[in-house]
Amino acid sequence: MAIEGNEILRGVDLDIAPGEWVAVIGPNGAGKSTLLRAVGGSLSHSGTVSFGGTDKAALSRRQRARIVATVPQHPVVPPGMRVVDYVLLGRTPYIAPLGRESHGDMSIVEERLSALDLDGFAHRRLETLSGGERQRVFLARALVQSAPILLLDEPTSALDIGHQQEVLELVDALRREHQLTVLATMHDLSLAGEFADRLVLLANGSVVASGPPAQVLTEELLQHHYRARVRVIAGDFGPVVVPIRA
Amino acid sequence: MKPARLSLVWLGAGVAAVAVALVLGVSLGPVSLPPFEVAKQLLGFDTGLSQLEVGIITQIRLPRVLLGLIVGAMLALAGGCFQGVFRNPLADPYLLGIAAGAGLGATTAIAMRADQAIIPIVAFLGAMVSAALTYLLGQGRNLILAGVAVSSFLAAVQTYVLQRNVDTIREVYSWLLGRLDTHGYREINLLLPYALIATIVVLALRRELDALSVGDAEAASLGLHPQRSRLILLTAAALGTAAAVAVSGLIGFVGIIVPHIVRLLAGGSYRSILPLSVLFGAAFLALVDLAARTLVAPGELPIGVVTAFFGAPFFVLVLRVTRTVSL
Repeated sequence: MAIEGNEILRGVDLDIAPGEWVAVIGPNGAGKSTLLRAVGGSLSHSGTVSFGGTDKAALSRRQRARIVATVPQHPVVPPGMRVVDYVLLGRTPYIAPLGRESHGDMSIVEERLSALDLDGFAHRRLETLSGGERQRVFLARALVQSAPILLLDEPTSALDIGHQQEVLELVDALRREHQLTVLATMHDLSLAGEFADRLVLLANGSVVASGPPAQVLTEELLQHHYRARVRVIAGDFGPVVVPIRA
Repeated sequence: MKPARLSLVWLGAGVAAVAVALVLGVSLGPVSLPPFEVAKQLLGFDTGLSQLEVGIITQIRLPRVLLGLIVGAMLALAGGCFQGVFRNPLADPYLLGIAAGAGLGATTAIAMRADQAIIPIVAFLGAMVSAALTYLLGQGRNLILAGVAVSSFLAAVQTYVLQRNVDTIREVYSWLLGRLDTHGYREINLLLPYALIATIVVLALRRELDALSVGDAEAASLGLHPQRSRLILLTAAALGTAAAVAVSGLIGFVGIIVPHIVRLLAGGSYRSILPLSVLFGAAFLALVDLAARTLVAPGELPIGVVTAFFGAPFFVLVLRVTRTVSL
């Protein structure tokens, strides 16, 4: 997959292998979300994005939605909508424009809901769920899209530390089970390093570092691009980034 | 696990409501007729009704009740549709200025003494212009306030047109208050084609309206064309509104009351809200019209006055209980 943006993103050239988890990190305003929206298709842009060799511009919206599924940072919670109906929206690219969902669509919805431990919530209204439960529902909607590429914009920003780990473990398990390619923007650097195969550090719209977590999460790079005083400690699953007071 | 489809129970209830409104509306009036006989007559069976009574049914009451049914269906459908398109529970043809646009168009046409068949077309143009204005002014900011501003502006223009054409002021004024006045089936023939188009288009896209409720960016990521769908839905609903307004004048609040009651009863999916709004909107307005013409008999209340009398308090209630009102 190659992305070459301009204005907000300049000269971003990125290849992601199938099944890989790449985390995009970088300071606020670096263009992380813009990058994700350009890949996901909700933003028109110059440059090219291609999936498995097919140019995104050559795909219809429906075709694209069968290849890339997105969980936005702050998904809209439609008032009064039940979890099952919300998750079913993920099947939209498979349902004919004037048609209705098939039994196959419903069984995929049921399967994903139970995989995410959401069976009991199916008939609850989305707005009555807690933050952690909602995040699982958002994930479920993206998963029923049966798309090989999953884009996550700050998947854990609304969650406490326990739920952060829970959601990321879940994404990792799903990735292995369904051979998903995951491209995620992440704020928590330690978590990004623990879960992603590769980190891409964006600053001012350009890639300034890319590689395995240990190469990107260095005190020098973080000091320079985040203006942060941190100590990087080797952990069991990757470098641990600890902020230090002046 | 069942998705939010239109349930047969509610569909049956809606059809029953329409049937009851139809029979009651045709039976009651200055000359009361036995409802059972009326029902038989409407179904085409032989009855013991006199020639005169059959004439009252087919030539006077039936056209009026049918007009009430169609206008009610249009206003409720358009209201439900606008609420989905604008993702705002308060959206309705009146608050969005669309009815005012249609009103200005129709007033101008009446003042110019245009042919009656022209009125819906001019009203439609007015409705589309005002819908576009409201949408552009309120885009991403404050749709309802934009609608209020557009309404006020158009009302001012309308008053000006009225003042310049005092000879038609009576006709326009009685029209402004809302009326279901029929001359045989003329109004129905005028309204029906537009009503059918609007209903078919909006109902065909009702599942898409659910998907649009997650916002444009997410709807696009699900493979939809949100702007295109919105435009189609808006055009169809404005067409229905304009045609209804052109024949019946300004009848407010039906577009808010009915979809909201349906939403409370049958769930928040537009897949059931829209078809049920058609049925219950039709029944509601036909019954309101029955009240308007029997409560102060032999006089008659303007139907717009009756809907506003019940609608305004209901509107406040909706404001108070809706948790996510995005004004």
